[in-house]
Amino acid sequence: MSRIAAAFNRPGHVALIPYVTVGYPSLESTLEVVPLLASCGCDIVELGIPFSDPLADGVTIQQASFRALENGVTPETCLKIAGQLREKVKIPLVLMTYFNPVFSYGLGKFVSACARSGVDGLIIPDLPPEEGLELEAITRKQDIDLIYLLAPTSTPERIRLVAERSRGFIYLVSVAGVTGARNKLPADLEAFAARVRQVARQPLCVGFGISTPEQAKRVASIADGVIVGSRLIQLMEVENNFLGPVGDFITGLRRALDEPVGKKR
Amino acid sequence: MPDKKGYFGEYGGQFVPETLMPVLDELSIAYEGLKADTAFWAEFDLLSRDYSGRPTPLYLAAKLTRHAGGARIFLKREDMAHTGAHKINNALGQGLLARRMGKKRIIAETGAGQHGVATAAVCAMLGLDCIIYMGEKDIHRQSLNVFRMKLMGAEVRSVTSGSQTLKDAINEAIRDWVTNARDTYYLLGSVVGPYPYPMMVRDFQSVIGKETRQQILAQAGRLPDYIVACVGGGSNAMGIFYPFLNDKEVKLIGVEAAGRGLDTGEHAATLMAGRVGVLHGSKSYVLQDSYGQIKETHSISAGLDYPGVGPEHSYLKDSGRASYVAVSDEEALEGFQLLCRAEGITPALESAHAIFHAVKMAGSLAQEQIIVVNLSGRGDKDMGIVAEALGVKL
Repeated sequence: MSRIAAAFNRPGHVALIPYVTVGYPSLESTLEVVPLLASCGCDIVELGIPFSDPLADGVTIQQASFRALENGVTPETCLKIAGQLREKVKIPLVLMTYFNPVFSYGLGKFVSACARSGVDGLIIPDLPPEEGLELEAITRKQDIDLIYLLAPTSTPERIRLVAERSRGFIYLVSVAGVTGARNKLPADLEAFAARVRQVARQPLCVGFGISTPEQAKRVASIADGVIVGSRLIQLMEVENNFLGPVGDFITGLRRALDEPVGKKR
Repeated sequence: MPDKKGYFGEYGGQFVPETLMPVLDELSIAYEGLKADTAFWAEFDLLSRDYSGRPTPLYLAAKLTRHAGGARIFLKREDMAHTGAHKINNALGQGLLARRMGKKRIIAETGAGQHGVATAAVCAMLGLDCIIYMGEKDIHRQSLNVFRMKLMGAEVRSVTSGSQTLKDAINEAIRDWVTNARDTYYLLGSVVGPYPYPMMVRDFQSVIGKETRQQILAQAGRLPDYIVACVGGGSNAMGIFYPFLNDKEVKLIGVEAAGRGLDTGEHAATLMAGRVGVLHGSKSYVLQDSYGQIKETHSISAGLDYPGVGPEHSYLKDSGRASYVAVSDEEALEGFQLLCRAEGITPALESAHAIFHAVKMAGSLAQEQIIVVNLSGRGDKDMGIVAEALGVKL
């Protein structure tokens, strides 16, 4: 069983999946925060490789990406950091980035480097399954999960396509839009998750816009994992002092997910 | 071309977030449905004539030809189209399509402002809401066009991320589109972006080449030896090239922006100096660093100041059917002034790149040879920039 599959192999447990941009606000922060996230009950960590033109991201992650690029972060740096984190934490590490940095690195070379660094999966928001065949074949050979996304606009045909092809889990984008903390999750989220659940056997993880324990709890009642990004990045804005607030935030989310309310499956 | 998956050879495709994939499917189906819809094309033709002022003339620039001292130079006068550039052809076609699809909210990006103005005009005429994304830097250097868009009822949203130019305006338009995918039509202005845009924009712009073909046959009795057009994203070039692709004797030349010089790194010559990558939804040549980060570009003309290029141009470059050169800011300024003085025509700075190259070429060609230059837009919008570059205070 892959490390990602194992993370979902605990009945009744909802996975907590934080996203951090590598090198934001500094490389040291990434090396510090990921072990903290793991110790506060996170089950998988997404490490963002910054890209100059993050068109699926809202202002928070855009700014974190630009800052990381200003800090000189490259895909190479991110792979190195992932390798160092692999020594420190047991939970699965998933790299998230746009397609061009991966394409530019060379698909085969990139995936091999991922495998060497102990990376377990890849999320590439601008690579739909139609364009992902080549990368899929390469990742399979190296036992790395290529995780596809579904959105509220996805048609039944597309849901079937992603259910056939996504490995590790399926990333459900909660709302038509870009990443970013939101006050309200859409009313049709439950119906969307149910549509996917009918055809997909993979775990379903919901991301985009989740920033409070209440929202996490609502998502936990319909999904196997909750992904949190922008709110976490906001807490990391102050370079020196973020470990406390981040720990509190994640602990709060974990507690909300563990409360024995709601049903799963 | 393109194939069923939206590829021109190895270029093109649909590299977009999942949210947009169903929207692109819907768009492809709607556009496919137009092909047999005679009523749509009748309306498009009628409005092209009565609203846009088509056909635009093909003009033998006799004095410019004498100045160059060689091949005869014809100008395809897209500068005479409504709103001042070829951009109206695509804006009209897609505007009619959006209305047919029942979309009432139109978004678009703009660099020089020409596509923004064309979109604003079409939206005003068709009664559609219009929001234009424009880089903060371009808002300053093309302020006349910003004012025009607002007069036509468009909302102009300033984009302050990244290089604050066309690339970032497209990013922001795509973010809006992802957010409002269900009710918004993205009226993309060039032959870039995910399939079907590169094909659709080319088709709507190919009216330029179709007219040129008829006009040159009528006026010169034969096809031209060369067609020269400037290339940013590449829509005016694709529009004039496309109907000549099978005429192998007609050489197609795209002129990119060399900015301050290709060796300075401050340019926008994507096909000359870029390498293959993925930007804004399609695979094509891209100006990028060794890590795949998109580079900031420079050109005196906002319309060419873009690190990507349409996938069909990448295909034409690799196949050798078209060739690409680059012309610097300084040379474009020279072409600009030359056309003003020789012919009393003020070209857009974008088009001035093509003018400069055509004049340079013409001098070394025989008098029997024919060059057609796509004069893609007029230069009223560029007065401030040109005055400043020439050290004149207005």
